[in-house]
Amino acid sequence: MSDQVKETDKTVFAVLAEYDNPAKLMKAAKLVNRAGYTKFDAHSPFPIHGMDDAMGLKESKLGWIVLSHALVGFSGGLALQVWASSIAYPINIGGRPFANIPAYVPVTFELTILLSAFAAVFGMFFLNNLPKLHNNLFNSDNFNRVTDDKFFISIETEDGMYSEEETMKFLEGTGASHIEKVYE
Amino acid sequence: MSSNSGYVKEAPLVKGNHTFSSITALVADIVEKPTPFWWYIAFGISNLLMGLLFLMLGYLIWEGTGVWGLNNTVAWGWAIINFVWWVGIGHAGTLISAVLFLFRQGWRTAINRFAEAMTIFAVMCAGIFPAVHVGRIWVIYWVFPLPNQMQMWPNFQSPLLWDVFAVSTYFTVSLLFWYVGLIPDLATLRDRVKSKLAAKLYGAFALGWTGGNRQWQNYEKAYMLLAGLATPLVLSVHTIVSFDFAVSIIPGWHTTIFPPYFVAGAIFSGFAMVMTLMIIARKIYGLQDIMTIDHIEKMNIIILVTGWMVGFAYIMEFFIAWYSGVEYEKFAFVNRATGPYAWAYWIMMSCNVIAPNFFWFRKMRRSITVSFILSIVVNIGMWFERFVITVTSLAQDFLPGSWAYYSPTWVDVLTYVGTFGLFFTNFLLFLRFLPMIAIAEVKMVMPQADPHYYDEDGNEPVKETEELNEPNTNS
Repeated sequence: MSDQVKETDKTVFAVLAEYDNPAKLMKAAKLVNRAGYTKFDAHSPFPIHGMDDAMGLKESKLGWIVLSHALVGFSGGLALQVWASSIAYPINIGGRPFANIPAYVPVTFELTILLSAFAAVFGMFFLNNLPKLHNNLFNSDNFNRVTDDKFFISIETEDGMYSEEETMKFLEGTGASHIEKVYE
Repeated sequence: MSSNSGYVKEAPLVKGNHTFSSITALVADIVEKPTPFWWYIAFGISNLLMGLLFLMLGYLIWEGTGVWGLNNTVAWGWAIINFVWWVGIGHAGTLISAVLFLFRQGWRTAINRFAEAMTIFAVMCAGIFPAVHVGRIWVIYWVFPLPNQMQMWPNFQSPLLWDVFAVSTYFTVSLLFWYVGLIPDLATLRDRVKSKLAAKLYGAFALGWTGGNRQWQNYEKAYMLLAGLATPLVLSVHTIVSFDFAVSIIPGWHTTIFPPYFVAGAIFSGFAMVMTLMIIARKIYGLQDIMTIDHIEKMNIIILVTGWMVGFAYIMEFFIAWYSGVEYEKFAFVNRATGPYAWAYWIMMSCNVIAPNFFWFRKMRRSITVSFILSIVVNIGMWFERFVITVTSLAQDFLPGSWAYYSPTWVDVLTYVGTFGLFFTNFLLFLRFLPMIAIAEVKMVMPQADPHYYDEDGNEPVKETEELNEPNTNS
């Protein structure tokens, strides 16, 4: 929308380069990473294997978030049952011990899974900065096709390496089929 | 996700000359096209049936569980049968989305969205039965560990309470898993739909997804972790459902084979249900390129395998009853096959153990008609399995003086029929408003998704003779 009306008073948010296929995107991501950019991303309609290495990303921290919640679910679930049936209101059920640990396995297990699943989903949202009502990249008309069949590299102007002319020139050399500025 | 190994040639997962954009169009345009006429008719019928369900439930709650056919001996009737049946059907969705994902079975991408939706709606239908079976539904919150006026807590040693936790966790995790899978496809719809309002709505649920690899990285990790969590979960859920029976001391129920046997049965019936729905949907929506005949064949193989696992369990139960030397146990099983419910037992045996054997033949496995008919036969058989287990053991237990014959009432029957209304109302809404195939995941299993598919300059490779099976992709 806004990229057609080239208004000078609008601030540029990022430069967006378009590629035709995953191989070209992968090659470009490698070059951008090697050139030293840090605030960039490679957008694609589906995850591409090997892209994490091409972009030089560290492994996702999500596993640790899930593990911590799994431990809370496990210990919390067990503690709830032991406390409820042997401390808060002990009831003799069929002469079994008040804290009958083997019988508590199913509920403990389910609560471990439940908390881990919540952590996996909401931890992913947290790491991805989601939900977001708007992203400046959506101001580009071409960017619509990122969820269809096009591949993009975006370099944000906040990147320390960014300079409008050089970055655009650099992206031209990476095999992009189209390059544009995205405004805020 | 699924790279075909170079040693064994495998059939392409997506048939026809598809490009990324034609896949998007194939699936996403269904949502944009005008609502077909048959949809309104199907939706109307489903709504009527759903209304019937609510009427029956209202009547039940007003009058009490006496309106069901339960008697002193048989305290668990159709409600429990329907509960186990629906929850079992749901398990195939999780199996397809989680277990086949962990085993890197690329073909699951064609049916996982579909099957997961089925899971969620099936569990909704299942959950109704135990909830209303408690009789006093207004104090249903007693099953949760909430402080109450009696200062008492639930009995954590009861399998029925484990069930509460298992089924509610299962529903929640299935919903989360389904939604996570939907996010990239909702973004696709956000970017495609013409209507501003629809774009806003899809956009809100797509959460601002940009398809950036920094997002995909965490997304894929989350998906893998969820699959890893859902796999033991689905096994635990039906294990715990089987504990409802196995932990008691009723002859015919008190057996250690129940957990694996119930899980196999759940997968068996669930795959059959996915098959029924899929055969209809692929025909109506013209999705034969994605849900191919190879998919149907693979699913039929799973139905055959799980059918024999169930058959093995039926035979093994008999053997163990004899081998145990317990009179009551022996009687329970002989009585199943020859007693007053022998008709139900033999329906179960013929539907579950005999019928799937057609699938030994490749021709049958790849026949749409045979697959469709057998998928329905299997689900009838699996309903009768739960009937046989629940009713025969209760109707003739230890004391002949308390024996009785159990028959359902019209309320039982109409409640069960009504759950189909609930199921199909939801399912039709899903078909209408959401992408029924995981678009992003299908693209992932296409050969063009692999960067190594292209030559060194990043161009489409020249087609070679050995790649004749690959779809032609001159975009």
